[in-house]
Amino acid sequence: MSISIAEVEESAASALSAIAGAKDLAELKVVKIEHLGDKSGLSKASQALGKVPAEEKASFGKIVGEAKAKVSAAFEARIKVLEADRDARVLIEERVDVTLPATNIPKGGLHPLTILTNEISDLFLGLGYRVAEGPELEAEWLNFDALNIPADHPARTMQDTFFIEPLDSRLVLRTHTSPVQIRTMLENKPPIYVICPGRTYRADELDATHTPVFSQVEGLVIDRGITMADLKGTLDYFAQSIFGPDVVTRLRPSFFPFTEPSAEVDFFFNGRWIEWGGCGMVNPKVLEVCGIDTKEFSGFAFGMGLERTLMVRHGITDMHDIVEGDIRFTRSFGLGIK
Amino acid sequence: MKIPLSWVREFVELPAKISNSDLEDAFVRVGFEVEEIIEAGSDLTGPLVVAKVESIEELSGNKKPIRYVGLDCGESNTRYVICGATNFKVGDLVVAALPGAVLPNNFAISARETYGKTSNGMICSSRELGLSDEHSGIIVLPADSAKPGADAISLLEISDVIVDAAVNPDRGYALSIRGLARELAASLNLKYLDPITRVDASKYQVNKEGVQVSVDDPSALSIVFIRSISGFDASAPTPIWMSRRIEKCGMRSISLAVDITNYVMLELGQPLHAFDSSKVDGSLIIKRAGDSLKFKTLDGQERKLDKEDLVVADKKGPLALAGVMGGASSEVTSSTTSIALEAARFDPVSIARGSRRHKLSSEASRRLERGVDPSLAEISSARAIDLMIELGGARHIGSAKSGEPKFAPVVTFDPNFVSQYLGTNVALEEVEEKLNVVGCAISKKSDIQWSITPPSWRADLLLGPDLVEEVARMIGYQRIPSKLPIGKSGAQLTPAQIRKRSTANYLASKGFSEVYNSPFVNPNFVADLGFTGDRAKSFKLANPMSEEFPDLRTHLLPGLLLTAVRNQGRGAKDIAIFEIGSVFRNTEKLESPGLVGVDAVPSEKIKTSIYKSVPNQPLHVGAVVAGKLSADSWHTKGEKFTWVEAIGFARSIVENTGSVTTTVPSDFAPWHPGRCAEIQIDGKPVGHAGELHPRVISLLGLPERSCAFVVVLSAIPFLESKKAKSLVTMPPAIQDISLIVHESIPAASVEKALREGAGDLLESISLFDRYEKVEDGKVSLAFTLVFRATDRTLTADEVSKFRQAATESATKKYGAVLRA
Repeated sequence: MSISIAEVEESAASALSAIAGAKDLAELKVVKIEHLGDKSGLSKASQALGKVPAEEKASFGKIVGEAKAKVSAAFEARIKVLEADRDARVLIEERVDVTLPATNIPKGGLHPLTILTNEISDLFLGLGYRVAEGPELEAEWLNFDALNIPADHPARTMQDTFFIEPLDSRLVLRTHTSPVQIRTMLENKPPIYVICPGRTYRADELDATHTPVFSQVEGLVIDRGITMADLKGTLDYFAQSIFGPDVVTRLRPSFFPFTEPSAEVDFFFNGRWIEWGGCGMVNPKVLEVCGIDTKEFSGFAFGMGLERTLMVRHGITDMHDIVEGDIRFTRSFGLGIK
Repeated sequence: MKIPLSWVREFVELPAKISNSDLEDAFVRVGFEVEEIIEAGSDLTGPLVVAKVESIEELSGNKKPIRYVGLDCGESNTRYVICGATNFKVGDLVVAALPGAVLPNNFAISARETYGKTSNGMICSSRELGLSDEHSGIIVLPADSAKPGADAISLLEISDVIVDAAVNPDRGYALSIRGLARELAASLNLKYLDPITRVDASKYQVNKEGVQVSVDDPSALSIVFIRSISGFDASAPTPIWMSRRIEKCGMRSISLAVDITNYVMLELGQPLHAFDSSKVDGSLIIKRAGDSLKFKTLDGQERKLDKEDLVVADKKGPLALAGVMGGASSEVTSSTTSIALEAARFDPVSIARGSRRHKLSSEASRRLERGVDPSLAEISSARAIDLMIELGGARHIGSAKSGEPKFAPVVTFDPNFVSQYLGTNVALEEVEEKLNVVGCAISKKSDIQWSITPPSWRADLLLGPDLVEEVARMIGYQRIPSKLPIGKSGAQLTPAQIRKRSTANYLASKGFSEVYNSPFVNPNFVADLGFTGDRAKSFKLANPMSEEFPDLRTHLLPGLLLTAVRNQGRGAKDIAIFEIGSVFRNTEKLESPGLVGVDAVPSEKIKTSIYKSVPNQPLHVGAVVAGKLSADSWHTKGEKFTWVEAIGFARSIVENTGSVTTTVPSDFAPWHPGRCAEIQIDGKPVGHAGELHPRVISLLGLPERSCAFVVVLSAIPFLESKKAKSLVTMPPAIQDISLIVHESIPAASVEKALREGAGDLLESISLFDRYEKVEDGKVSLAFTLVFRATDRTLTADEVSKFRQAATESATKKYGAVLRA
């Protein structure tokens, strides 16, 4: 098979004309296969080069090479033109309404109690505390006696505490997370730095500010030389982390059987003092029950309600919103909106 | 407790003007929350005058008695007013508001025409003047207590500041003017006069005259005084200053004898009880009720006594529920002339129990159960006798006592401990000063050893920290500096905590909304859902909030289903909710450690028993999906949620922890018996998932085909540290196998057979198509198998052999036929 120079030139010319005639990138792609592909005239000319007599080889090869280069250059140039054309016109034509919503994407959320619990846990992990948890259905001794709350204390009546039948079982729904503190002290040697979040129970009717099932977080530190200044500093840090860097706390003398001295902690928020929780130095009686040497160690403890904290921080005015499980409420907090 | 400042001023040199906020701060600083500061009389303006009743004309023909009353108001003419009350007679002194006066609640008084007469003012009741709740009649003043026309606002001491201070349970002494005045003086650094210094008890010597007393049970009290008087005029009126103070403290004025006992209680803190001694047979005995049976208290109620109840009795039987409430039979009446006055320091626990048993919380029991200053029995009874003599013309006959006051022991104390414990420097002089202020006596052995004698009213000062609190209160908690202690390094969440958190994050990010449900459930509802056996064995509350929800949940689904229904009721269409929480199943044999008490350090054996009394409370995650996982959109349908997704999510929750799951069919309630999978790890169940039972769905009115899953998070094992395999970069060889098997054969079994036959180079296998109706009772299952070698590209021949071996395995085990 032989190919004449005229044929090569004709192939090149028709390729150039086809390239020039391609109106868009898709057409150009077809043109490329036809005129630059394996079965195109120019490719056949290259393949035929081997059979050209030796004396003509150089000149014929040159002609074929130049033709191919010319066509390729035209092709590259045409691509640029057509791409520019597409960018200028077609992408504009394909414009959509990006305000259309993707309502089909599943939208869930974490309950703000979880978000706050995680936030507080992380905060105290950073201070070298462990997160300690314990059972909600708890031994009466761990919930009361070990905390120096005697059998006749008003908090131990059926008006305040949920008891389990039969009463001999000596089981209660824990009224605070303090039994976790007791378990921690019984099971570990000091130094102890723990934060105890969890669900707690008191026989209060559900209303706008109370719920019989609520959540608390308590902190406990037992170490050498722990003072009330350590307690104050920890509460300052805690309050400022949760409510903002400018928040100020105040301790007021109070009474709890398990701490001495005892205090209420308030913080100043939006122009007023808000009661946040109770705290104090751990009563030596409690430490002794847990086998901790009070000559060597002292400690502090504090506790606050998580629902109340949420209500203040987020301006939630009705407890029902927190406890009723309405998905609109949960979703509004996303995966961790503070 | 409510305290009028006018009374406090008798014992504290308060500045003439003190602002409410300064007052509040002063109380709060030393540990008394202020509930309210009442500016009494601020809502009342005169003229309010004393008037003498000159004439009474009964106007007939009205629905209620109406009087047209002539009053001498110290004016030249008689003033006539209309009055609806009848508890007065001609000659009585009453209180009249004249036209121009404004009474509380903006009640303006003016002359008005009514019942055909002109009423030129109003005769007032206590309630109309805001003095008390008393409105059974108008105020009748004691005879000769004032002249007609006198200003009643000052006579009745209407203008006053009343502070309502909350008293913590460890500060029983502060339920008195004496106690709160001391605290206020200390807080403001003012001089304080102890009211008891004005009482001379020695003039009423204990002797054998009058009613005697004995104590049957020494644990019932430490000290009791009984003082007897005769010649008492029970009909003598209570002076205005006394009744007004009683009213300002929130109590009612009743009769002179009762008012005196209440007045002294309010002033000093010691409850007193007056018996009509003519109704006491012989001497008094303080004892446990034993088998005394029934007894009628002052409030007219017949009470069945418990044998542990503490009573004051005579020969015939109980006369009073000691320290709680007196009895009707020995009550002081208007004809009483002789009185036996009881003042006792009863055991607080006995009083608390008695008061609770009879649901009777009185002013007396509130004080006695918090502990009363033991020195007061003698002093307060003497103070009351003083008043009975002065105001009721009585004569002291004799006094009896039993027991001795018991005081808190001396505390050995290193005063440097104050600074060490508070974390701030408090000079020893200051420690001494502040301990003195709260009433402690100090004897110094050295600079590191002081002997502290707590005051008689502070039985709670037993240990060093108790004294530190007193000093801290007095110097102010604001002196305590702020210092941040740092704990141990390496603090991190436990694997269980990480699992809980990542499960919540996983579900929330997949479209589920987290909820926290109440764990209180209704057993009938639980039964309706089909729970039986161990899964229905609940713990019962002895005192549920509501009889409707007396049980603790054994499963998360009852709560989740009700919450789904609630959301649906509020208009939600597609509901996907989850909860992570503990469940409580009453299936273990638990120990019962009994009551241990606060003072005992339990033995190891008892501690173990306490731990074993608490049931295991596994942590579950549960979810309910009613509708789709997401809503339909304008361009596509929302993500549908069927039994397939329910099982898939449950498996993913487990597999996210690194464990491998298998599923087997299950028929657990409340799931559809044909569409419920049990999720297993190594053959052990860790969860259930699928479509809900149609009966449950229709019971709750949920959308058809609603689904649920539950995984026991605490049952998933914790794996050893994860070892990663290095990735193979050789190309994979992909083979599809389509098999026809009987529809009863689970896809998982076929998959397992393929896996077993495919050999070691099988990298993964997944079902990509399932087609039902190929022929009767047969289904087609199409799997993609991916093979890969670590060291070479697999040849077509090799792969074809693996494929054949896999197919043969499935054929051999399940009769699977390669689909043409």
